Order: sequence, then C-alpha cells, then structure tokens
Amino acid sequence: MTGPNSELMRELIEGRFVFTGEIEPSKTTSLQGVLEAAKKLKGHVVAANVTDNPTAYAYMNALIPSYIIQREVGLEAVYQMTVRDRNRLALTSDLLGAGALGIRNILVLSGDHTAVGEYPGAKPVYDLDSTNMVELIRRMVDRGVDLGENRVIDPPKFHIGIASNPNADPLEPEVFKIERKVMLGAEFIQTQAVYDVEVAKGFLDAIAYLNRPVLIGVAPFKSISAMEWMMRLVPGIIVPEEIQSRLRRARERGGKEEFYRESIEIFGQLAHDVRKTTKAKGIHLMTIGFEWIVPSIIERSIGA
Amino acid sequence: MIITTQKPLDKIFEMCKGFGRVFVVGCGVCAAECQTGGQPEVEAMVEKLKEVGKEVTGYTIIESVCDERRTRIAFRNSGEAVTGADALLIMSCGTAVQVASDLSKKICIPGCDTEFIGMTERIGRFYERCKACGDCILFETGGICPIARCAKGILNGPCGGQSKGKCEVGGWTKDCAWVLIYKRLKELGRLDDFRRYRPRKDYSTASPAREVVFR
Repeated sequence: MTGPNSELMRELIEGRFVFTGEIEPSKTTSLQGVLEAAKKLKGHVVAANVTDNPTAYAYMNALIPSYIIQREVGLEAVYQMTVRDRNRLALTSDLLGAGALGIRNILVLSGDHTAVGEYPGAKPVYDLDSTNMVELIRRMVDRGVDLGENRVIDPPKFHIGIASNPNADPLEPEVFKIERKVMLGAEFIQTQAVYDVEVAKGFLDAIAYLNRPVLIGVAPFKSISAMEWMMRLVPGIIVPEEIQSRLRRARERGGKEEFYRESIEIFGQLAHDVRKTTKAKGIHLMTIGFEWIVPSIIERSIGA
Repeated sequence: MIITTQKPLDKIFEMCKGFGRVFVVGCGVCAAECQTGGQPEVEAMVEKLKEVGKEVTGYTIIESVCDERRTRIAFRNSGEAVTGADALLIMSCGTAVQVASDLSKKICIPGCDTEFIGMTERIGRFYERCKACGDCILFETGGICPIARCAKGILNGPCGGQSKGKCEVGGWTKDCAWVLIYKRLKELGRLDDFRRYRPRKDYSTASPAREVVFR
C-alpha cells in the first residue's frame, strides 16, 4: 500500500482523531455554493467528501467541485464516485482526470438506485460494482494498469475509501462485503449516519478484525422534516425516540433557534461518545446546508 | 418460461385501426400458461375484435410460435385466412411476433408485452429468475441469481440499499437477493462462497443480437 499521499490518510495513519465533512453540488453551473460550504468547513475538517449525484438526482459532476475546493480553498477533497451512472470506460476515464487534477482520496460507492431518484425511468449502469471499482483503482495506483492490463502512464496516487452501513440488518453480510473490499485494498471506511452509539460500537467490534480506520457518520438534522425524510430514506436507520422527541420539543419550545441549540447538544454528545468510547478513528459529519454547526459539534466531541 | 402480460384492449384496438381483416395467433406454451394467449384468451379476443367491427379471418394456437418450423406449417394450413388478412394479432411474446412477421410478411400487432424469463408460483404470481446473461454463476450463489434478482445486478453484494433483507427499490417489499444468497449459503455451510470476491462480469456474453449456432 502506498502513501500517505493525502492529509486525510496521513492523519489516520498518525492516529489523530479526524473529522471529514460533506459538500453536495447542486443543479447549477455556479461554483459559489460549494466554495462557500468549503470555506465554512476549512480548518475544522481534514477533508470534505463531494457527493456524486446523491439519491440519484443529477447535479454538477463531483470532480469539478472536488478540484475547485482544493485549489481555491485549500480544503482536501474526498471525491465520491458511484458506479451507478458510468461504465468501466467512463470510470477509468474519470479516474485519470481526477489524478490529473490532484485528487488524492476517492470514496467508492454503488450509488442509490435510479428507481429512487428523480428519473426513475433512467437506465442504471452498474457495469462494475463498487468492489470491482476498488480493484480498478488498486490496479491503477499499485501496478499502473487498467482493467484490460493496459499501461497507465503516470499512474494516479489515490487513497481508497469505502462506505458501510452500521445499521444493516442482518449485519454479517455487510461485514463480509467490507471484508472483500479490504482484502482488495480499501484503506478507510466512512459510514452511513448512526444515531445510537451502541450501533456504532457493535459495528466497530464486528469489523475490528479488518484493521481499517473507520469514520462513523454523524448527520444532524437541518429541520424536523429533514429528520423525517432521513428516517424514510436511509435503509435501516433508527433515530432513537429520545432524540426525536427532544428535537420536536425544542422546535415547539423555541423555534429554529432552540432546535439548533438542542441539535448541538444531542449531536455534540453523540460525537463525544463516538470519539471517547468507541474504536472509531474519526467522524464523518454530514451537514449539507448548515455547515456552521460543525465547529460546535467538534468542540463538544472533545468534552471535559 | 417467458412471462407475458396482455396489452390493454384500447392499445390493441388502436394498433388495429385501419386493418379490417385480422388473423389471430396464440401460443400453446408460455402464453397459454400465463393465460395471455392460449385457446380461451384467443377465442375471447376474436369475439372482442368482432364487437368492434373487425372481420376475423381465422385464428390458430401454435405449439411454440417461436419455433419457425411449427409456425410455417400452421400458416400454410391456415391458407387464405393468413394470406388474405390485413394484419396478424399475435398474442404471445416478442419472439413470436417476429417469427410471425418474417414468415407472413404481414403487419403483426403485438397483443402482449413480454415481461421476463421467470417462474410461476400460481396464475397471477410470476417472478423473474433469469436474465439470460450467457454465463451462469448459480453454483456459487446458492442457486439464487443476483443478476436477475438484485436491482443493481451486482456480484459482490449486498449494497447499502437493504434493510431487514428488503430492497430500497420497490418500497421495501422485495427481498434483497444478496441477503437471500447469504442465508442460503449459510444454511448450506458454504459461506466461503459468499465471502469470495467476484471480479467484474463479462457483459459481452449478454450483448444484443446473440446467436447459438452449432451445426
């Protein structure tokens, strides 16, 4: 395994507890939104994931903001790549482009199915699956060849991240899927949102034998409706009753302001528990559209 | 079996517009089992065509319309009923429509939509089981096909879109194929098959216009 070629990987290897953030491009040709988000995250997180058409909605190609936030803001990107929209040719092609633009981290995803997105009639690709994609990147990085054993001139230097869902039930097949990817050379794991530290613990114990750094996903809600949407959309997600009612009560008590104050308490505590009581090597914070909340949560994660 | 469903009547009549004399073809195998183009369905269709003023020159139920040899004989036996028709209504799969079209050189109207290769639980309960990908891996996957039964058709599942063994596609009603595979292989004591990495699939065996020619 090469590296570290990225700040994220360097910090993980050095054993520092890391935070990553998330930036979502939108349906626009303007880079203003992603740049503003990057500026708010800069200095608080070591890197930011840039999402690739999440929930199967077509937004700006994630590679462009990934490059721009590195160049303009100096915030390292984790370029997310799904195998939903591109076949092995297009993926190889984009990987070469990403290498040329100085991208150092890639998070490989299968991608939410087109059936749940904005064009249910679209033809999904899935020519490679996300595990095959890990193999493709490893070949390029380690051996300087593509899937056809053709030589890649000036091979890229990527670190490979994979995603996982600690809420998965049954969990064992999920663990075996991660195992396949780790055996192939995946280097770090970022997880789907977790709302119960015990779920994180159970998951981290189950994959401890794979010996790869895990960043547990923490996703505060922007609003009550965002919470409800999240519970509907994310497979297997369980938001404990206590969190739900505390947030609802806060919203009723003192509007948005109180809702956010309570959110900082709840998710600061969750971040703290993940940081202080689990085997996690970091936290992946998903705060699209309210990045300002990130410093408060990180501060509370340190605790007393 | 090739699973078919009958097209809505108004769509069939729309395609029949301008064709006064219609010959109807049914199939004694798959479409008969699906009750979309067997004897009773063909006879019912003949009546409906007459009700909307069509002249039905005749009908036939062919044992496998897809077998060109059988359909050639059936058309020959039907004589003028076929040659004198303005159009043929084929109540069978897409292959049947094409065989009938090639042999008759007539306008052929598909009376059915071809859904998939699947199994029959009972009439009205048909499930896809095979994508005809040309490279069977069922030995390794506990006899459950991820190509046909996983919404993403992936080889190294499950993906992140399953919850309690159900798939995000279709509103959590369908089984996640990879959880089924996991459970089956576990029962069979073959979890090593589950854990094994499966390299990318060669989709050239599934590209269109395939032929099997061996003599």
